[in-house]
Amino acid sequence: MPKAKVTFQDIGVSVTVPAGTRLIEVSEKVGAGITYGCREGECCTCLTKVISGGENLAPPSILEDQVLKDNMAPRGHRLACQAQIIGGEIVVKPA
Amino acid sequence: MAAAAITDSAVEIAPGVHWVGALDPHLRSFDIILKTANGTSYNSYVVRGENGVAIIDTVKENFADDFFRRLESVAKYEEITTIVLNHLEPDHSGALPELLKRAPQAKVYLSSRAQMMLKALLKPSGEKPPEYIPVTTDDTVDLGGRTLRFLHTPYLHWPDTQCTYLVEDGLLFTGDIFGCHFCDNRLFNDTVGDFRFSFEYYYAHIMRPFREYVLDAIALIEPLDIQLIAPAHGPVLRHKPRDYVHRYRELATPRLFNEARSEKTLVVFYLSAYGNTRRMAEALAAGAESLGGVRVSLYDLEGGEADIFTDLVEEADGLAFGSPTINADAVKPIWDLLSSLTTVNVKGKLGAAFGSYGWSGEAVRLIEDRLRGLKLRVPVEGLRIKLVPDAGELDACRDLGEQLARHLTGRVEHREIDMAALA
Repeated sequence: MPKAKVTFQDIGVSVTVPAGTRLIEVSEKVGAGITYGCREGECCTCLTKVISGGENLAPPSILEDQVLKDNMAPRGHRLACQAQIIGGEIVVKPA
Repeated sequence: MAAAAITDSAVEIAPGVHWVGALDPHLRSFDIILKTANGTSYNSYVVRGENGVAIIDTVKENFADDFFRRLESVAKYEEITTIVLNHLEPDHSGALPELLKRAPQAKVYLSSRAQMMLKALLKPSGEKPPEYIPVTTDDTVDLGGRTLRFLHTPYLHWPDTQCTYLVEDGLLFTGDIFGCHFCDNRLFNDTVGDFRFSFEYYYAHIMRPFREYVLDAIALIEPLDIQLIAPAHGPVLRHKPRDYVHRYRELATPRLFNEARSEKTLVVFYLSAYGNTRRMAEALAAGAESLGGVRVSLYDLEGGEADIFTDLVEEADGLAFGSPTINADAVKPIWDLLSSLTTVNVKGKLGAAFGSYGWSGEAVRLIEDRLRGLKLRVPVEGLRIKLVPDAGELDACRDLGEQLARHLTGRVEHREIDMAALA
Protein backbone atom coordinates (compact mmCIF):
# COMPACT_ATOMS: atom_id res chain seq x y z
CA MET A 1 0.00 0.00 0.00
CA PRO A 2 1.40 3.46 -0.86
CA LYS A 3 2.71 5.39 2.11
CA ALA A 4 2.86 9.06 3.00
CA LYS A 5 4.54 11.08 5.75
CA VAL A 6 2.65 13.59 7.84
CA THR A 7 4.48 15.91 10.20
CA PHE A 8 2.59 17.52 13.06
CA GLN A 9 4.66 20.59 13.67
CA ASP A 10 3.18 21.46 17.07
CA ILE A 11 4.38 18.24 18.71
CA GLY A 12 7.38 17.56 16.48
CA VAL A 13 6.23 14.17 15.27
CA SER A 14 6.37 12.72 11.75
CA VAL A 15 4.16 9.72 11.09
CA THR A 16 4.35 7.30 8.20
CA VAL A 17 0.76 6.50 7.22
CA PRO A 18 -1.00 4.45 4.57
CA ALA A 19 -2.44 6.49 1.69
CA GLY A 20 -6.14 7.12 2.19
CA THR A 21 -5.84 7.98 5.89
CA ARG A 22 -7.61 11.13 7.05
CA LEU A 23 -5.56 13.69 8.95
CA ILE A 24 -7.73 13.49 12.06
CA GLU A 25 -7.13 9.74 12.43
CA VAL A 26 -3.39 10.27 12.71
CA SER A 27 -3.65 13.46 14.68
CA GLU A 28 -5.82 11.83 17.31
CA LYS A 29 -3.60 8.76 17.64
CA VAL A 30 -0.42 10.72 17.94
CA GLY A 31 -1.90 13.30 20.35
CA ALA A 32 -1.33 16.37 18.20
CA GLY A 33 -3.08 19.61 19.10
CA ILE A 34 -5.72 19.48 16.37
CA THR A 35 -8.99 19.31 18.26
CA TYR A 36 -12.19 18.12 16.69
CA GLY A 37 -15.93 18.28 17.16
CA CYS A 38 -18.40 16.61 14.84
CA ARG A 39 -15.95 14.70 12.63
CA GLU A 40 -18.49 15.15 9.85
CA GLY A 41 -17.11 18.27 8.20
CA GLU A 42 -19.67 20.65 9.64
CA CYS A 43 -18.41 22.30 12.81
CA CYS A 44 -14.98 23.47 11.59
CA THR A 45 -13.40 22.72 14.99
CA CYS A 46 -10.61 20.67 13.37
CA LEU A 47 -9.44 23.50 11.11
CA THR A 48 -5.81 22.78 10.30
CA LYS A 49 -3.09 24.86 8.68
CA VAL A 50 -1.28 23.00 5.92
CA ILE A 51 2.24 24.37 5.99
CA SER A 52 3.47 22.35 3.03
CA GLY A 53 2.41 19.44 0.86
CA GLY A 54 -1.19 20.55 0.41
CA GLU A 55 -1.13 18.92 -3.02
CA ASN A 56 -0.67 15.58 -1.26
CA LEU A 57 -4.14 15.82 0.23
CA ALA A 58 -7.24 14.91 -1.79
CA PRO A 59 -9.01 18.11 -2.89
CA PRO A 60 -11.79 19.37 -0.60
CA SER A 61 -15.34 18.25 -1.28
CA ILE A 62 -18.06 20.81 -2.02
CA LEU A 63 -19.20 20.50 1.60
CA GLU A 64 -15.69 21.09 2.99
CA ASP A 65 -15.18 24.04 0.65
CA GLN A 66 -18.43 25.58 1.84
CA VAL A 67 -17.60 25.11 5.52
CA LEU A 68 -14.13 26.63 4.99
CA LYS A 69 -15.71 29.58 3.22
CA ASP A 70 -18.44 30.02 5.85
CA ASN A 71 -15.80 30.16 8.54
CA MET A 72 -13.57 32.53 6.62
CA ALA A 73 -10.71 30.04 6.72
CA PRO A 74 -7.53 31.50 5.22
CA ARG A 75 -5.95 29.92 2.15
CA GLY A 76 -4.02 26.71 2.89
CA HIS A 77 -6.38 25.50 5.58
CA ARG A 78 -8.26 22.22 5.63
CA LEU A 79 -10.63 20.31 7.88
CA ALA A 80 -8.60 17.47 9.41
CA CYS A 81 -11.67 15.25 9.57
CA GLN A 82 -12.15 15.54 5.82
CA ALA A 83 -8.65 15.88 4.37
CA GLN A 84 -7.48 12.55 3.03
CA ILE A 85 -3.76 11.89 2.62
CA ILE A 86 -2.88 10.56 -0.82
CA GLY A 87 0.92 10.36 -0.69
CA GLY A 88 4.16 12.31 -0.38
CA GLU A 89 4.99 14.56 2.55
CA ILE A 90 2.68 16.94 4.37
CA VAL A 91 3.39 19.31 7.25
CA VAL A 92 0.47 20.57 9.33
CA LYS A 93 -0.29 22.36 12.58
CA PRO A 94 -3.49 23.42 14.39
CA ALA A 95 -5.01 26.58 12.86
CA MET B 1 -44.16 47.18 36.88
CA ALA B 2 -47.40 45.25 36.85
CA ALA B 3 -47.32 41.48 36.67
CA ALA B 4 -48.45 40.15 33.29
CA ALA B 5 -49.89 36.73 33.98
CA ILE B 6 -49.84 34.69 30.82
CA THR B 7 -53.14 33.65 29.34
CA ASP B 8 -53.86 31.94 26.03
CA SER B 9 -53.09 35.22 24.30
CA ALA B 10 -49.76 36.65 23.34
CA VAL B 11 -48.00 38.94 25.85
CA GLU B 12 -46.74 42.29 24.64
CA ILE B 13 -43.12 42.77 25.73
CA ALA B 14 -42.61 46.05 23.80
CA PRO B 15 -44.86 47.99 21.40
CA GLY B 16 -45.53 45.67 18.46
CA VAL B 17 -43.42 42.86 19.93
CA HIS B 18 -45.12 39.89 21.55
CA TRP B 19 -44.16 36.76 23.44
CA VAL B 20 -45.94 33.80 21.84
CA GLY B 21 -44.11 30.96 23.58
CA ALA B 22 -45.31 28.10 25.75
CA LEU B 23 -45.06 27.13 29.41
CA ASP B 24 -43.97 23.67 30.52
CA PRO B 25 -44.38 23.82 34.31
CA HIS B 26 -44.20 20.07 34.96
CA LEU B 27 -40.89 19.32 33.28
CA ARG B 28 -38.35 18.06 35.83
CA SER B 29 -35.51 16.85 33.66
CA PHE B 30 -34.32 18.71 30.59
CA ASP B 31 -32.27 16.96 27.90
CA ILE B 32 -31.83 14.13 30.43
CA ILE B 33 -28.85 15.86 32.08
CA LEU B 34 -30.40 18.99 33.57
CA LYS B 35 -32.76 19.15 36.54
CA THR B 36 -35.43 21.80 36.86
CA ALA B 37 -37.52 22.17 39.99
CA ASN B 38 -40.37 24.12 38.41
CA GLY B 39 -40.32 23.37 34.71
CA THR B 40 -39.30 25.65 31.89
CA SER B 41 -40.68 27.84 29.15
CA TYR B 42 -40.06 27.86 25.42
CA ASN B 43 -39.99 31.50 24.39
CA SER B 44 -40.92 32.58 20.92
CA TYR B 45 -41.48 36.15 19.78
CA VAL B 46 -43.36 38.06 17.10
CA VAL B 47 -42.04 41.39 15.80
CA ARG B 48 -44.38 43.53 13.70
CA GLY B 49 -42.96 45.96 11.15
CA GLU B 50 -44.71 48.15 8.59
CA ASN B 51 -43.93 45.71 5.79
CA GLY B 52 -44.06 42.37 7.49
CA VAL B 53 -44.02 40.23 10.57
CA ALA B 54 -41.07 38.25 11.91
CA ILE B 55 -41.24 35.15 14.11
CA ILE B 56 -38.20 34.58 16.24
CA ASP B 57 -37.76 30.90 17.19
CA THR B 58 -40.61 28.49 17.88
CA VAL B 59 -41.33 25.98 20.66
CA LYS B 60 -41.01 22.28 21.45
CA GLU B 61 -43.22 20.21 19.15
CA ASN B 62 -45.77 19.06 21.73
CA PHE B 63 -46.39 22.68 22.73
CA ALA B 64 -47.06 23.80 19.17
CA ASP B 65 -50.80 24.30 19.80
CA ASP B 66 -50.09 26.89 22.52
CA PHE B 67 -47.64 28.66 20.23
CA PHE B 68 -49.99 28.81 17.25
CA ARG B 69 -52.92 29.96 19.40
CA ARG B 70 -50.87 32.85 20.77
CA LEU B 71 -49.37 33.65 17.40
CA GLU B 72 -52.84 33.80 15.81
CA SER B 73 -53.90 36.32 18.45
CA VAL B 74 -51.43 38.90 17.10
CA ALA B 75 -50.67 38.03 13.45
CA LYS B 76 -52.07 36.36 10.39
CA TYR B 77 -49.96 33.67 8.71
CA GLU B 78 -49.96 35.53 5.39
CA GLU B 79 -48.35 38.53 7.13
CA ILE B 80 -45.29 36.53 8.14
CA THR B 81 -42.37 37.49 5.94
CA THR B 82 -39.51 36.40 8.16
CA ILE B 83 -38.65 33.47 10.41
CA VAL B 84 -35.48 33.84 12.46
CA LEU B 85 -33.90 30.72 13.92
CA ASN B 86 -31.48 31.71 16.65
CA HIS B 87 -30.99 28.07 17.67
CA LEU B 88 -32.26 24.89 16.04
CA GLU B 89 -32.37 22.52 18.98
CA PRO B 90 -35.75 20.75 18.90
CA ASP B 91 -37.14 22.65 21.90
CA HIS B 92 -36.97 25.79 19.74
CA SER B 93 -37.59 24.37 16.29
CA GLY B 94 -40.29 21.80 17.13
CA ALA B 95 -43.12 23.86 15.66
CA LEU B 96 -41.08 24.98 12.66
CA PRO B 97 -42.24 22.35 10.12
CA GLU B 98 -45.87 23.24 10.81
CA LEU B 99 -45.14 26.98 10.78
CA LEU B 100 -43.49 26.60 7.37
CA LYS B 101 -46.62 24.89 6.07
CA ARG B 102 -48.82 27.68 7.39
CA ALA B 103 -46.55 30.51 6.22
CA PRO B 104 -44.80 29.08 3.15
CA GLN B 105 -43.95 32.54 1.83
CA ALA B 106 -41.68 33.33 4.82
CA LYS B 107 -37.94 33.49 4.36
CA VAL B 108 -35.85 31.76 7.01
CA TYR B 109 -32.79 33.52 8.43
CA LEU B 110 -30.25 31.42 10.27
CA SER B 111 -26.50 31.12 10.85
CA SER B 112 -24.35 29.40 8.26
CA ARG B 113 -23.73 26.49 10.60
CA ALA B 114 -27.46 25.97 11.02
CA GLN B 115 -28.08 25.11 7.39
CA MET B 116 -27.25 21.41 7.62
CA MET B 117 -29.21 21.16 10.85
CA LEU B 118 -32.26 22.70 9.22
CA LYS B 119 -32.17 20.11 6.47
CA ALA B 120 -31.75 17.32 9.03
CA LEU B 121 -34.67 18.63 11.11
CA LEU B 122 -37.01 18.82 8.14
CA LYS B 123 -36.13 15.33 6.87
CA PRO B 124 -39.11 13.52 8.41
CA SER B 125 -41.60 16.01 6.97
CA GLY B 126 -40.43 15.12 3.47
CA GLU B 127 -40.94 18.77 2.57
CA LYS B 128 -38.51 20.65 0.42
CA PRO B 129 -36.50 22.97 2.70
CA PRO B 130 -37.84 26.52 2.66
CA GLU B 131 -35.97 29.46 1.19
CA TYR B 132 -33.30 30.12 3.78
CA ILE B 133 -30.66 32.79 4.03
CA PRO B 134 -27.48 32.27 6.06
CA VAL B 135 -26.59 35.42 7.97
CA THR B 136 -23.76 36.66 10.13
CA THR B 137 -22.84 39.68 12.27
CA ASP B 138 -24.27 42.97 10.96
CA ASP B 139 -26.49 41.36 8.32
CA THR B 140 -29.93 42.92 8.58
CA VAL B 141 -33.56 42.36 7.65
CA ASP B 142 -35.82 45.38 7.13
CA LEU B 143 -39.36 44.78 8.39
CA GLY B 144 -40.42 48.33 7.53
CA GLY B 145 -39.46 50.88 10.19
CA ARG B 146 -37.88 48.09 12.18
CA THR B 147 -34.58 46.39 11.57
CA LEU B 148 -33.42 42.99 12.72
CA ARG B 149 -29.65 42.83 12.97
CA PHE B 150 -27.85 39.53 13.50
CA LEU B 151 -24.93 38.71 15.77
CA HIS B 152 -22.80 35.66 15.02
CA THR B 153 -22.51 34.01 18.45
CA PRO B 154 -21.68 30.34 17.81
CA TYR B 155 -21.41 27.55 20.40
CA LEU B 156 -23.88 29.02 22.87
CA HIS B 157 -24.36 26.13 23.22
CA TRP B 158 -24.51 24.58 19.73
CA PRO B 159 -22.50 25.52 16.65
CA ASP B 160 -25.56 27.13 15.06
CA THR B 161 -26.47 29.70 17.70
CA GLN B 162 -26.88 33.39 16.95
CA CYS B 163 -28.52 36.45 18.52
CA THR B 164 -30.89 38.90 16.84
CA TYR B 165 -31.09 42.58 17.77
CA LEU B 166 -34.11 44.75 17.08
CA VAL B 167 -32.21 47.93 16.41
CA GLU B 168 -34.83 50.68 16.84
CA ASP B 169 -36.14 49.25 20.13
CA GLY B 170 -32.94 47.93 21.70
CA LEU B 171 -34.39 44.45 22.10
CA LEU B 172 -32.01 41.52 22.02
CA PHE B 173 -33.30 38.02 21.22
CA THR B 174 -30.59 35.73 22.49
CA GLY B 175 -31.63 32.11 22.08
CA ASP B 176 -30.34 30.06 25.00
CA ILE B 177 -27.79 32.58 26.29
CA PHE B 178 -29.22 34.51 29.30
CA GLY B 179 -31.95 31.88 29.51
CA CYS B 180 -32.82 29.45 32.28
CA HIS B 181 -35.22 26.67 33.07
CA PHE B 182 -37.71 28.54 35.22
CA CYS B 183 -41.42 28.51 34.54
CA ASP B 184 -43.46 31.42 35.87
CA ASN B 185 -46.48 32.81 34.11
CA ARG B 186 -45.65 36.35 35.26
CA LEU B 187 -42.99 36.22 32.51
CA PHE B 188 -40.84 39.27 33.31
CA ASN B 189 -37.77 39.22 35.54
CA ASP B 190 -39.15 41.94 37.82
CA THR B 191 -42.42 40.09 38.44
CA VAL B 192 -41.52 36.38 38.56
CA GLY B 193 -40.22 34.53 41.61
CA ASP B 194 -36.55 34.40 42.54
CA PHE B 195 -34.86 32.72 39.60
CA ARG B 196 -31.23 33.54 40.40
CA PHE B 197 -30.38 29.93 41.19
CA SER B 198 -31.88 28.73 37.91
CA PHE B 199 -29.99 31.38 35.95
CA GLU B 200 -26.64 30.39 37.46
CA TYR B 201 -27.37 26.64 37.27
CA TYR B 202 -28.22 26.99 33.60
CA TYR B 203 -24.97 28.80 32.88
CA ALA B 204 -22.97 26.22 34.84
CA HIS B 205 -24.44 23.25 32.99
CA ILE B 206 -25.11 24.59 29.51
CA MET B 207 -22.78 27.49 28.80
CA ARG B 208 -19.71 26.88 30.95
CA PRO B 209 -18.01 24.42 28.56
CA PHE B 210 -18.14 27.18 25.95
CA ARG B 211 -16.94 30.06 28.09
CA GLU B 212 -14.48 31.38 25.48
CA TYR B 213 -17.41 31.68 23.07
CA VAL B 214 -19.47 33.34 25.81
CA LEU B 215 -16.79 36.01 26.14
CA ASP B 216 -16.73 36.51 22.35
CA ALA B 217 -20.50 36.94 22.37
CA ILE B 218 -20.40 39.35 25.31
CA ALA B 219 -17.88 41.46 23.39
CA LEU B 220 -20.44 41.79 20.59
CA ILE B 221 -23.35 42.40 22.96
CA GLU B 222 -21.84 44.90 25.42
CA PRO B 223 -21.66 47.86 22.99
CA LEU B 224 -25.38 47.56 22.15
CA ASP B 225 -28.06 49.79 23.63
CA ILE B 226 -30.10 47.11 25.38
CA GLN B 227 -33.59 47.86 26.68
CA LEU B 228 -34.66 44.25 27.07
CA ILE B 229 -33.21 40.77 26.65
CA ALA B 230 -35.59 38.13 25.33
CA PRO B 231 -34.04 34.68 25.83
CA ALA B 232 -35.48 31.40 24.57
CA HIS B 233 -36.10 29.99 28.07
CA GLY B 234 -37.15 31.56 31.35
CA PRO B 235 -37.99 35.13 32.28
CA VAL B 236 -37.87 38.03 29.81
CA LEU B 237 -35.22 40.38 31.20
CA ARG B 238 -36.68 43.89 31.02
CA HIS B 239 -35.46 45.22 34.39
CA LYS B 240 -31.74 46.08 34.31
CA PRO B 241 -30.99 43.74 31.41
CA ARG B 242 -27.37 44.83 31.34
CA ASP B 243 -26.87 43.30 34.80
CA TYR B 244 -27.31 39.89 33.21
CA VAL B 245 -24.69 40.66 30.59
CA HIS B 246 -22.30 41.69 33.36
CA ARG B 247 -23.07 38.53 35.29
CA TYR B 248 -22.32 36.40 32.24
CA ARG B 249 -18.98 38.12 31.86
CA GLU B 250 -18.21 37.36 35.50
CA LEU B 251 -19.29 33.75 35.16
CA ALA B 252 -17.21 33.22 32.03
CA THR B 253 -14.07 34.75 33.51
CA PRO B 254 -11.59 32.21 34.96
CA ARG B 255 -12.56 31.41 38.53
CA LEU B 256 -9.12 30.83 39.96
CA PHE B 257 -6.37 33.37 40.08
CA ASN B 258 -3.44 31.73 38.33
CA GLU B 259 -0.41 32.50 40.45
CA ALA B 260 1.81 30.66 37.96
CA ARG B 261 0.93 33.00 35.12
CA SER B 262 4.12 32.54 33.17
CA GLU B 263 4.28 28.80 33.69
CA LYS B 264 2.27 25.94 32.27
CA THR B 265 0.31 23.93 34.80
CA LEU B 266 0.10 20.17 35.18
CA VAL B 267 -2.36 18.64 37.64
CA VAL B 268 -1.72 15.04 38.66
CA PHE B 269 -4.67 13.15 40.13
CA TYR B 270 -4.16 9.71 41.56
CA LEU B 271 -5.58 7.00 43.78
CA SER B 272 -3.47 4.36 45.41
CA ALA B 273 -4.44 1.28 47.41
CA TYR B 274 -0.95 0.26 48.56
CA GLY B 275 1.12 3.34 47.81
CA ASN B 276 2.49 2.11 44.46
CA THR B 277 0.49 4.41 42.18
CA ARG B 278 1.19 7.22 44.67
CA ARG B 279 4.94 6.64 44.30
CA MET B 280 4.50 6.72 40.54
CA ALA B 281 2.58 10.01 40.81
CA GLU B 282 5.27 11.57 42.98
CA ALA B 283 8.04 10.50 40.58
CA LEU B 284 6.07 11.78 37.58
CA ALA B 285 5.50 15.11 39.34
CA ALA B 286 9.20 15.40 40.23
CA GLY B 287 10.15 14.68 36.61
CA ALA B 288 7.77 17.31 35.27
CA GLU B 289 9.04 19.89 37.77
CA SER B 290 12.68 19.15 37.01
CA LEU B 291 12.64 20.77 33.57
CA GLY B 292 11.36 24.12 34.84
CA GLY B 293 8.52 26.07 33.31
CA VAL B 294 5.80 23.77 34.60
CA ARG B 295 3.95 24.14 37.87
CA VAL B 296 2.87 20.70 39.06
CA SER B 297 0.07 20.00 41.55
CA LEU B 298 -0.50 16.58 43.07
CA TYR B 299 -3.94 15.51 44.31
CA ASP B 300 -5.00 12.26 45.93
CA LEU B 301 -8.61 11.81 44.81
CA GLU B 302 -9.32 9.90 48.00
CA GLY B 303 -9.14 13.25 49.74
CA GLY B 304 -11.71 15.03 47.60
CA GLU B 305 -14.77 14.71 45.45
CA ALA B 306 -14.99 15.14 41.71
CA ASP B 307 -16.96 18.37 41.80
CA ILE B 308 -14.43 20.34 43.80
CA PHE B 309 -11.70 19.64 41.25
CA THR B 310 -13.64 20.95 38.26
CA ASP B 311 -12.27 24.50 38.52
CA LEU B 312 -8.72 23.16 38.74
CA VAL B 313 -9.21 20.99 35.68
CA GLU B 314 -10.69 23.89 33.72
CA GLU B 315 -7.61 26.03 34.36
CA ALA B 316 -4.92 23.37 33.91
CA ASP B 317 -2.85 23.00 30.76
CA GLY B 318 -2.13 19.32 31.37
CA LEU B 319 -3.84 16.55 33.33
CA ALA B 320 -2.37 13.22 34.40
CA PHE B 321 -4.48 10.49 35.99
CA GLY B 322 -3.08 7.62 38.02
CA SER B 323 -5.18 4.63 38.93
CA PRO B 324 -4.57 1.10 40.08
CA THR B 325 -6.48 -1.60 38.24
CA ILE B 326 -9.17 -3.31 40.28
CA ASN B 327 -11.34 -5.93 38.61
CA ALA B 328 -9.98 -4.99 35.19
CA ASP B 329 -10.99 -1.34 35.51
CA ALA B 330 -9.81 2.03 36.79
CA VAL B 331 -11.26 2.87 40.17
CA LYS B 332 -14.57 4.69 40.56
CA PRO B 333 -13.31 8.11 41.80
CA ILE B 334 -11.32 8.43 38.57
CA TRP B 335 -14.43 7.75 36.50
CA ASP B 336 -16.45 10.11 38.69
CA LEU B 337 -13.97 12.87 37.93
CA LEU B 338 -13.71 12.03 34.24
CA SER B 339 -17.49 11.92 33.87
CA SER B 340 -17.90 15.33 35.52
CA LEU B 341 -15.72 17.12 32.99
CA THR B 342 -18.45 17.63 30.44
CA THR B 343 -19.29 20.92 32.19
CA VAL B 344 -15.89 22.45 31.42
CA ASN B 345 -13.83 22.76 28.27
CA VAL B 346 -10.97 20.26 28.30
CA LYS B 347 -10.63 20.00 24.54
CA GLY B 348 -7.00 20.16 23.43
CA LYS B 349 -5.48 19.93 26.92
CA LEU B 350 -2.56 17.55 27.38
CA GLY B 351 -3.61 14.24 28.97
CA ALA B 352 -1.77 11.21 30.32
CA ALA B 353 -2.43 8.11 32.40
CA PHE B 354 -0.37 5.85 34.65
CA GLY B 355 -0.87 3.24 37.31
CA SER B 356 0.36 0.20 39.17
CA TYR B 357 -1.47 -3.10 38.81
CA GLY B 358 -1.48 -6.58 40.25
CA TRP B 359 -2.33 -8.90 37.43
CA SER B 360 -4.17 -7.38 34.46
CA GLY B 361 -3.57 -3.58 34.37
CA GLU B 362 -6.34 -2.33 32.08
CA ALA B 363 -6.87 0.98 33.90
CA VAL B 364 -4.24 3.01 32.04
CA ARG B 365 -5.51 2.19 28.55
CA LEU B 366 -9.13 2.73 29.61
CA ILE B 367 -8.27 6.15 31.03
CA GLU B 368 -6.36 7.07 27.88
CA ASP B 369 -9.38 6.12 25.75
CA ARG B 370 -11.61 8.30 27.91
CA LEU B 371 -9.18 11.21 27.66
CA ARG B 372 -9.15 10.92 23.86
CA GLY B 373 -12.94 10.71 23.97
CA LEU B 374 -12.99 14.00 25.86
CA LYS B 375 -10.76 15.36 23.07
CA LEU B 376 -7.67 15.82 25.16
CA ARG B 377 -4.48 15.12 23.27
CA VAL B 378 -2.56 12.12 24.55
CA PRO B 379 0.83 12.25 22.85
CA VAL B 380 2.78 10.20 25.38
CA GLU B 381 1.95 6.56 25.97
CA GLY B 382 0.89 5.91 29.54
CA LEU B 383 2.89 3.90 32.02
CA ARG B 384 1.78 0.61 33.60
CA ILE B 385 3.93 -0.89 36.32
CA LYS B 386 3.37 -4.28 37.90
CA LEU B 387 2.95 -3.93 41.66
CA VAL B 388 5.88 -2.19 43.39
CA PRO B 389 7.89 0.21 41.18
CA ASP B 390 11.63 -0.35 41.48
CA ALA B 391 14.28 2.33 40.98
CA GLY B 392 14.35 1.88 37.20
CA GLU B 393 10.58 2.02 36.96
CA LEU B 394 10.48 5.18 39.05
CA ASP B 395 12.99 6.64 36.60
CA ALA B 396 10.50 5.77 33.83
CA CYS B 397 7.82 7.69 35.79
CA ARG B 398 10.15 10.68 36.06
CA ASP B 399 10.80 10.40 32.34
CA LEU B 400 7.05 10.39 31.66
CA GLY B 401 6.78 13.58 33.72
CA GLU B 402 9.66 15.14 31.78
CA GLN B 403 8.04 14.24 28.46
CA LEU B 404 4.76 15.80 29.57
CA ALA B 405 6.64 18.93 30.61
CA ARG B 406 8.35 19.06 27.20
CA HIS B 407 4.98 18.85 25.47
CA LEU B 408 3.54 21.56 27.69
CA THR B 409 6.44 23.90 27.10
CA GLY B 410 7.02 23.20 23.40
CA ARG B 411 10.40 21.53 23.92
CA VAL B 412 9.69 18.19 22.27
CA GLU B 413 12.45 16.61 20.22
CA HIS B 414 11.44 15.56 16.73
CA ARG B 415 10.32 11.93 16.44
CA GLU B 416 9.56 9.73 13.46
CA ILE B 417 7.08 6.92 13.91
CA ASP B 418 4.99 4.53 11.87
CA MET B 419 1.24 4.69 12.28
CA ALA B 420 1.14 0.91 12.63
CA ALA B 421 3.10 1.30 15.87
CA LEU B 422 0.46 3.58 17.40
CA ALA B 423 -2.18 2.12 19.67
